[in-house]
Amino acid sequence: MDVILMVVYAGIVMNLLLGGVTFAILFERKVIGYMQLRPGPNRHGPWGLLQTIADVTKLLMKEDIIPNEADKKIFVLAPVLAFAPAFAVFAVLPFTENLSGADLNIGILYILGVSSITMLGVLMGGWSSNNKYSLLGSIRGIAQMVSYEIPLVLSVLGIIVLVGSLNLRDIVGYQESIGIWFIIPQFLAFIVYFISSIAELNRSPFDLPEAESELVSGYHTEYSGFRFAFFMLAEYTYAIAISALATILFFGGWLGPAFLPGIIWFLLKMAAFMFGWYWLRATLPRARVDHLMNFGWKVLIPLALLNIVITSIIKVWMGG
Amino acid sequence: MSQELLDLIAEKINTLQGADTIEEAKLNFHKPMIILASQNWDLNTVNVLRTDEFLQFDFLSCVSAIDYEEHMEVIYNFYSTTLDHYLYVKVKTPRGNPVIISLEPVYKAADYMEREIYDLMGIDFTGHWNLKRILLPDEWEGHPLRKDYVTDKKALGLD
Amino acid sequence: MSELKTETMTLNMGPQHPSTHGVFRLKLEVDGEHIVNAEPVMGYLHRGTEKLAENFLYTQFIPYTDRLDYMNAMTNNYIYCSAIEELLEWEIPERAEYLRVITMELNRIASHLVWWGTYLLDIGAMSPFLYAFRDRETILDRLNEISGARMTFTYHRIGGVKWDAPDGWLAKVQETVKELHENIQEFHTLVTGNEIFQARTIGVGILSKEKVINWGLSGPIARGSGVNIDLRKTAPYCIYDRFDFDIPTEKEGDVYARYKVRVAEMFQSLRIIEQACEQIPEGEIITKKGKRIMMIKPPAGEVYRRVEASKGEIGVYAVSNGTNKPYRIKLRRPSFVNVSILQDLLKGESIQNLVAIFGSLDVVLGEVDA
Repeated sequence: MDVILMVVYAGIVMNLLLGGVTFAILFERKVIGYMQLRPGPNRHGPWGLLQTIADVTKLLMKEDIIPNEADKKIFVLAPVLAFAPAFAVFAVLPFTENLSGADLNIGILYILGVSSITMLGVLMGGWSSNNKYSLLGSIRGIAQMVSYEIPLVLSVLGIIVLVGSLNLRDIVGYQESIGIWFIIPQFLAFIVYFISSIAELNRSPFDLPEAESELVSGYHTEYSGFRFAFFMLAEYTYAIAISALATILFFGGWLGPAFLPGIIWFLLKMAAFMFGWYWLRATLPRARVDHLMNFGWKVLIPLALLNIVITSIIKVWMGG
Repeated sequence: MSQELLDLIAEKINTLQGADTIEEAKLNFHKPMIILASQNWDLNTVNVLRTDEFLQFDFLSCVSAIDYEEHMEVIYNFYSTTLDHYLYVKVKTPRGNPVIISLEPVYKAADYMEREIYDLMGIDFTGHWNLKRILLPDEWEGHPLRKDYVTDKKALGLD
Repeated sequence: MSELKTETMTLNMGPQHPSTHGVFRLKLEVDGEHIVNAEPVMGYLHRGTEKLAENFLYTQFIPYTDRLDYMNAMTNNYIYCSAIEELLEWEIPERAEYLRVITMELNRIASHLVWWGTYLLDIGAMSPFLYAFRDRETILDRLNEISGARMTFTYHRIGGVKWDAPDGWLAKVQETVKELHENIQEFHTLVTGNEIFQARTIGVGILSKEKVINWGLSGPIARGSGVNIDLRKTAPYCIYDRFDFDIPTEKEGDVYARYKVRVAEMFQSLRIIEQACEQIPEGEIITKKGKRIMMIKPPAGEVYRRVEASKGEIGVYAVSNGTNKPYRIKLRRPSFVNVSILQDLLKGESIQNLVAIFGSLDVVLGEVDA
């Protein structure tokens, strides 16, 4: 019985996620469009609502091309491997008090661990394409994701120290009990989390692995059709997962005034967090590899460590 | 002003290369122009033009080549950024075997411009570090800007 | 531990690549992301323009000059026409000269705007591109109104210009100038102070003054390295000596300096247009002899003429043998000369810097390949 429930839940989440990704892309394009003096997509459906669906349909109907020189098995496996962990993360995310998959007591550890596997997809995609741009893109991608994984994890540690639990539900509960979202007491951690999440997701201004003007399209240069769609899907699924995690960690999850149900609050906060990314994308030029590395190792990691120290001191001072 | 400059240049070159080196020195649209044969045009002369304190032609603006039926000419347009004056130097070379020294060791600006002339006009620049075709494909035959060049429309797929 | 054995690889950047601005190929030898050697390969857009010139009447060649630097066609029209006029020793009507200056300067701003937008796109910022094209569009509308074309104008003719300004056009131009003033100011707030942008451009691709002169570089590249030469000022042509404007120069010689020079130049061009719109007299727009195009026969002779285009010094060496077709037209294309510095400048840089440096040269392939 449990197994069936699990499968049903996964199916529902999967479908909702596909819808979510569809509209996250549309949301991004609309936001950036308005920031760039243009209306954004507006041809398909009212207000361009069906644009992404049209795009996906196009991608799915395309011929499936695998380059002759590519390492076929790995080439085929890469997009799947990029998507699966991003999706697996959703198993433990609590959307409201009652709505969640597994109530894991090491939820956050699970998320951070599983999501790192995405990196393998990038490496495999870049390597197996047998294309120099892809190779350079994936090397950049791996270097960047490995480096920024560390501040991302460290920034979360402060919260864990305060709450004393790895369970995501407990983290939200703690915020409810102290009556304040963690974004205020853990502001430094939030900044670190926000910046490293951008780098972790290869989003602008840290979109070096896919830097169009340099590497054509980076690690997925040789991908087309539904395999390319898979990479895009993986990217946005991961983006939604990361912003959902941010909502839980820093914005108090489903907490909010009672006139709206918890799930709506959750989605609104997620959207606000993602809006921040889009805003940056429309504003900033791309950073350079060496600056990016320096920034990660010399600024973000020390800041995150500092945050842990401060948090620990406060925790002890408050009487642990 | 220009006339004085012209006299000065003529004098400098004549002392360097011996009298009668310069075939003709005149003003062309108010700017000095000297004409000489390719065997009298060498890097020493160029260096004098570039470094002499009254000349200081440090900027090579343009290198052009013209195919006359009886000979070919390469024209250098010099400019001095410090003294603000111009000079045309016309170098004549026989049409059968056009060879001129390359200015590339002195003026890097000549690098591409000489390659272009080599490509389109077929003049050999001795001393150029990388003299090969630049605009046309490497296996192209002939030099299109020569007056006797026949465009093979069939081979180009135009006919 | 023994030394790790590594190998360099050859990377062909182009002829089809998002940031080579056309069909340009860079044969790179890279060690990881570091460039060991760079060899520019060009000619994919070669159309034999100089050869074509020899088969046309003098006037018939003007449309071909449009297609050299298609971002800045007005100046190309002008340099060709004025070289022939110098051979003919014609006097040009006052009004025509003013119209030439206005159109050339408008076109220069449009060209710099395109550079500004695409350069930021190369660096990885997408929004500036659309802001730049908004403003360029208004300029193209103005140029369209006077010449009937948006990019390939063929507006300047030997002896004057083709069309007089339509009614109310000058007032419209003045309005456009005001609008551009505000909008270009906005560019500074959008981009110039941005930290990432500065980190990517300051100290990158440094060119010394000596190098600039020796390599024959001109235009904003030269002025970004402290070479204080702008032919509009140092060797005034047309009627540029009647206007009050400055030559923006920077000393640093890096990519950022070139950026600043170009943005400052747009403001100077606006100043020139403002003054020209006020001073422009009534009168003829083309000399009588200029209308009889079969009869344009310059006396035998040759002349080299150079003017300041948006990319640098553009020159025409025109040789006439007294007939109504040119004997030889040699075009000194600024992009062609400017691009030659790449082989020297790119050594030891990274691929990311390559994009920043190459973009800062503002090369148009129509002009490189002629």
